[in-house]
Amino acid sequence: MNTVEVSSLVKKFNGFTAVKGVSFSVAKGELFGLLGPNGAGKSTTIYMLTTLIDPTSGSASVNGFDIVAHPDEVRGSIGIVFQDPTVDTRLTAYDNLDIHGRLYGMDGKTRKNRIDEVLALVELTEWKDKMVKTFSGGMRRRLEIARGLMHTPKLLFLDEPTLGLDPQTRRHIWSYIAKLKAQGITIILTTHYLEEADYLCDRIAIIDHGEIKVLDTPKNLKSIIGGSIISIESRDPKKLAGVITKLGYSKEPRISEMTVSFETKNGGKLVPKVMEAVLKAGIEIESIEVHVPSLEDVFIHYTGSSIREEKAAPSGMMAGRRARGY
Amino acid sequence: MDIELSKIYAVWLREVKRYTNSKSRMISSLGMPLLFLVALGGGFSALIPGFNYEAFILPGILAMTVLFTSVFAGVSIIWDREFGFLKEMLAAPASRQTIVIGRTLGGATTAIIQGIIILLLGFALTGTPVPSLLHLAGIFVLMVVMSSSLVAFGIALASIVQEVETFQLLMNLIVMPLIFLSNALFPIDKMPAWLQVVSSINPISYSVDGLRIMMIGSGTFSLGMDFGIAFAGLIVMITAASYLFGKTSI
Repeated sequence: MNTVEVSSLVKKFNGFTAVKGVSFSVAKGELFGLLGPNGAGKSTTIYMLTTLIDPTSGSASVNGFDIVAHPDEVRGSIGIVFQDPTVDTRLTAYDNLDIHGRLYGMDGKTRKNRIDEVLALVELTEWKDKMVKTFSGGMRRRLEIARGLMHTPKLLFLDEPTLGLDPQTRRHIWSYIAKLKAQGITIILTTHYLEEADYLCDRIAIIDHGEIKVLDTPKNLKSIIGGSIISIESRDPKKLAGVITKLGYSKEPRISEMTVSFETKNGGKLVPKVMEAVLKAGIEIESIEVHVPSLEDVFIHYTGSSIREEKAAPSGMMAGRRARGY
Repeated sequence: MDIELSKIYAVWLREVKRYTNSKSRMISSLGMPLLFLVALGGGFSALIPGFNYEAFILPGILAMTVLFTSVFAGVSIIWDREFGFLKEMLAAPASRQTIVIGRTLGGATTAIIQGIIILLLGFALTGTPVPSLLHLAGIFVLMVVMSSSLVAFGIALASIVQEVETFQLLMNLIVMPLIFLSNALFPIDKMPAWLQVVSSINPISYSVDGLRIMMIGSGTFSLGMDFGIAFAGLIVMITAASYLFGKTSI
């Protein structure tokens, strides 16, 4: 039996459809990624699966429990690390974990042992009795992960676990996530960082405008694109695109500012022919590049646009929070 | 049931730990009532010869302290929403009812601690004789009922309003009038007619009256009525808080 079964899940907010009928399943021990830009419906999907909001229609089961019929059982069997910080900054790390353990019905001895375990895992043992308001953003996130694991859930939801963290801390968090996977915990991760999904996930669902565009392993996703991508920069990208179309190498070359890109089977061999044709047409080439497809290219292939970059800086929000002394 | 009780305890524990971790909040919320007691009490006592105004307002100041701390504790769910901790609570396998009860008891505990501090300082500063043990017990019970219903009132408000920007507004537009439009600072029979009407529909007046009867032996209504209204208020507020908080989502 799969740990998570999702069937045509829909969520509407006052006429706006945030999630338009997504279906997928996650096997036991799998690290499943939901990749998409902000506002794609990732968090809404997670909120439905964690029973924080009710679906408008569709159904899902988590650890064998229906999310609408048995929300308490679902909540007791999962761990969640939210996108936004949710630790209590006016408590110590220990108290945050202890109160969490109590809320999940853990007895005193189990709680104590588990607190030591999870703090060791995220390397916060020395900070056990320190107030969380003195923690950096990365430390808080590590504490959130520790708390999500506190009650030894079989399934862990990680909603944008490295959002707003510096690259070094991000790598650090990735190593914890890899450790968890090695322990056999099933993980559902949302992210809008392509390299994060690529690096961590067994399978990835690319989600955009509330719909799953494609779902496969990172390797298969990248092989969908074919051999490679040729990008040519020129002063006259429209004319250049016309020439490439005429050559029959690509039906729809993509124009982005001054660069024309298209997917092809064996880019290296094609470059001289393309150059010759383009020069013959009297178009000046500024630069030419051949690259192996990344998840970014897969993403563009399926959504028609580059992943939108995060504008709201959560680190700024955190600074504001600290300044207000909460 | 045992597990539900331990979850209520978890929510209670969080409230109390936050309170004891924040000495500044403890001290700042004692400042205003003490200022009222000393400045207003001392000033008016000197103005009206033969009337121990300080002893008269001590129950009012006690009610004020309990009111401020309780409503603040309830309304601070708004901050938990803003800073994310509410999600942690809502995502836990604990019912909304459990959260409301745990928070109410936690907030009430902090309000009662504040109340006891004010009461002790008040007895010392105003020279009001300490009431009998029976009356002290009665005062304690009334404080428990009053603070619980006011925390629940705060939770209900926070469930409706939700925006952080309105936090201060709520505190100023609801909490201050509740005290000033009651018998906390002035005797009802000396008030202008309109204020008499307002004061007697303000439920705070009955709690203040009950406290006053038990502390200095003078009051407007009967103790039975004072306690009756306080308990009725508790039931209404807990019901309202459970209903409204039960409907909120993240």
